[in-house]
Amino acid sequence: MTRVQNVVVESVKTVLGWVPAQWLPGGTPDPLIGRSAAIGRQASRLDGPQKVSGQARFAAEVPMEGLSYAAFVHSPVTRARIARLETQAAEAAPGVILVMTHRNMPRISPLALISITDLSAVGNSSLPILQDENVRYNGQVVAVVVAETQEQADHAAALIEIDYDTVPAKTHFEDAKARARTPASVLIDKNHVTVGNAERELTQAAHRVDAVYRTPGHNHNAIELHAVTVAWQDGSLIVHDATQMIAPSAGALAKVFGLKKEQVRVLSPFVGGGFGGKGLWDHQILAIAAARLTGRPLRLMLSREGVYRIIGGRTPTEQRVAIGANTEGRFTALVHTGYSIMLPYGACPEQYTSSARALYSAKSVEIVQHHVDLDIVPNTYMRAPGESVGTFALESAVDELAHQMGIDPIELRRRNEPERHPISGAPFSQRALITAYAEGARRFGWEHRSAEPGTRRDGEWRIGMGCATGSFPYARMPSTNVRITLKRDGSAIVACSAQEMGMGTSTVQVQHAADRLGLPVDMITFEMGDSSLPASAMAGGSSQTASIAGAILAATDKLTGELLRLAGNDSPVAGLRTGDVRLTDQGVASLEEPWRHESYRSILDRAQRDEVSITAAGSAPLEMLKFAMNSSSAVFCELRVSDVTGEVRIDRLLGSFDCGTILNPKTAASQFKGGMIMGIGLALTEETLFDERSGRIMNATLADYHVPSHLDVPDIEVIWTGIPDPRSPLGARGIGEIGITGVAAAIANAVFNATGKRIRELPITLDKLL
Amino acid sequence: MAIRINGAEVQAPGDARVSLLDFLREHLHLTGTKVGCNQGACGACTVIIDGERVLSCLTLAAQADGRSVTTIEGLSADGALNPLQVAFIEHDGFQCGYCTPGQICAATAMLQEIERGMPSYVTADLAAERATLTAQEIRERMSGNLCRCGAHNGIVEAIMQVATERAA
Repeated sequence: MTRVQNVVVESVKTVLGWVPAQWLPGGTPDPLIGRSAAIGRQASRLDGPQKVSGQARFAAEVPMEGLSYAAFVHSPVTRARIARLETQAAEAAPGVILVMTHRNMPRISPLALISITDLSAVGNSSLPILQDENVRYNGQVVAVVVAETQEQADHAAALIEIDYDTVPAKTHFEDAKARARTPASVLIDKNHVTVGNAERELTQAAHRVDAVYRTPGHNHNAIELHAVTVAWQDGSLIVHDATQMIAPSAGALAKVFGLKKEQVRVLSPFVGGGFGGKGLWDHQILAIAAARLTGRPLRLMLSREGVYRIIGGRTPTEQRVAIGANTEGRFTALVHTGYSIMLPYGACPEQYTSSARALYSAKSVEIVQHHVDLDIVPNTYMRAPGESVGTFALESAVDELAHQMGIDPIELRRRNEPERHPISGAPFSQRALITAYAEGARRFGWEHRSAEPGTRRDGEWRIGMGCATGSFPYARMPSTNVRITLKRDGSAIVACSAQEMGMGTSTVQVQHAADRLGLPVDMITFEMGDSSLPASAMAGGSSQTASIAGAILAATDKLTGELLRLAGNDSPVAGLRTGDVRLTDQGVASLEEPWRHESYRSILDRAQRDEVSITAAGSAPLEMLKFAMNSSSAVFCELRVSDVTGEVRIDRLLGSFDCGTILNPKTAASQFKGGMIMGIGLALTEETLFDERSGRIMNATLADYHVPSHLDVPDIEVIWTGIPDPRSPLGARGIGEIGITGVAAAIANAVFNATGKRIRELPITLDKLL
Repeated sequence: MAIRINGAEVQAPGDARVSLLDFLREHLHLTGTKVGCNQGACGACTVIIDGERVLSCLTLAAQADGRSVTTIEGLSADGALNPLQVAFIEHDGFQCGYCTPGQICAATAMLQEIERGMPSYVTADLAAERATLTAQEIRERMSGNLCRCGAHNGIVEAIMQVATERAA
């Protein structure tokens, strides 16, 4: 990101600072806040019956006439030139239709990288895809075999012989630090922030902690493997994909293959987990290119190893956090700096200092991130990029300081709670972290914690409690569109290209549309998962719910105007304007005189219309720049550590969330818990093992990369403040990512409380506790 | 010989390399059985063969010859959801729904294992005729089925509810 961007963002923020709040989106709180009927109800997922009966159809399950199957050959070396490539045996193998290498892969345009300034760009890597004889990272695809069956393709792929001329590669994190780059900005934030002289304040502080924390690489490991079923039909392209960016992928694929936008249709009604990993990568493009060469529909599913090889995960990080405090426990210095991987050909800067920017007031601040360059598959966004690992460092450090000062760690946080955003000075739209702590502590029984580490014991087990703060910013994406079609029978269809990866998108938006349109939920259908529908943005940054909600809000306004126009002069609502009415009881009613009401059915009947259909985009999300909009949480953990084996067992985990209005308690609780469970993995077991000698991932299987299993997961308790955010649609902020934040620190802090051992390098494996 | 799948006789595939998983998904279009790793690490492909839970990715279709296979499609005959499926919805025992068929097939067979008196790693009294069904027993016995969305609590609650209703 550039210095120009910093100037532009800062200027917009400055101007918006002068603009009265009521002129902006969210200036007047959404009228649905506080008067909802379906919203806030404990609703089961609408797609539940399909999912529990095996009828929900995923990308690799679309039947097609004349389908062919693909298998990939991955490079076993890191940087090389292909010296010899022998494909004859594979081509002659039974059932083989095509062997595609850099020699015959169609020439394609490069992919534009994901960017906050171009929301249609979705590339995770700008490296050439099978366009030349060079290997640039270990695992890169060097050949594709297409055959009549998967077994034939897999067999033939094993017959391809390749000799590589290897060249030295950058594979050592420590070495690469010496050549680290310091970008001008990280996502939307200016990278290097200096307030006062934090290093000097640190040396003069009455109390200080100063430590380095390390987190390893991680992989998303959605259980559904990345897969596509593709077909070219009369020059147009149909892609059944597993993707969390449907409309943007369609646009990007059109550019890559030189097609018009309307010639590409991407469908992805169900995605078997995404977590940031289900984006546009090499495999879709290779499958599409191969299908173009063969003229046959093609199915490609990556192997689990293949996912590790060509789909990037979360970067490792090395973070320094230093905090200085005066005798009252007020922070006089806050330093958060560090290193993570960000490749010149990658897109994700892993903003691990985000929480340090938002959580505490401090007299002086020093924040800066450095980017390390290696020859590897590009890292990408993974659930709560930045905050997931950033809160481990920051919230461990706060706990260390609290212990050193002999202050309760919640009290220390309370003393440093900011009144406005610590860096920008913008007012918070809504923030009740201290309330979340108070309610969480009461519910959890925090008063039973022993302040002195290593004092509670049950046989071989040492018992400890810990807490930490979680944090994640609000986001609403521009260019999110929906179409609302109101039928003469009074039913409605809400449609957009949005994606469902388990968040309950359709369930919650049907609840929303019911309240917005004054209809019962069973009269609303939600269509999604198809790029031929009005385009919505990618599912990322916990933004989808607010983005679609904003678009439904905008479309409803337009629809209301259209209904009043159609109602004409013979209606009880004649003469009223959009601002004078609301949609309620399956019709339009006057705000002032609610008995003036006409049903949709009656309006459409009189106008002799079968339906009225409106497409609209949500307003520009300027509220994000005017206000500091952050969700936060208080996470509590109680665990046991075995003296004998060093094994950690989590007995209790509680999350107390401050995330605005909770739209559906049932699906929301599941999303919070899901994030927290990924946090258990982050804390205790998950690690992508990277061989720095070869540049190769060593544990590219679910048997060797340990995601939490049933026995690792206790009953988790989730509570929330439920205080609406007056600046967001429905008063809601996204909740998909905050669940994972703070969890690793809460667990590490509990481990310290149990054992007196401070673990600053994740995961907290047995060896570190013996 | 033939394979009986959800009650119907099906001829085994000609290619001996075809796994039961791929046979179900690609040949018979029974795509309710999922593929998550193809190496027995995730449990998404769990089906029931002659009453036992089996990983269909590690089973050749030929190995099922002469045996009776039940998949998720066979658990909800005539489109009516069975009590376990209903309980999964009620307790929100899934999010994306991809590991769900495997979880439900595994849970179905697992409850029968307990009824048959099979102990587990966490069973306190190995001599007991039948293990007491606790949340911890369910967790241990279901640990071969990974869920990345983190629906573990709902899955355990759903299984517990159905087991409790059955015992009543």
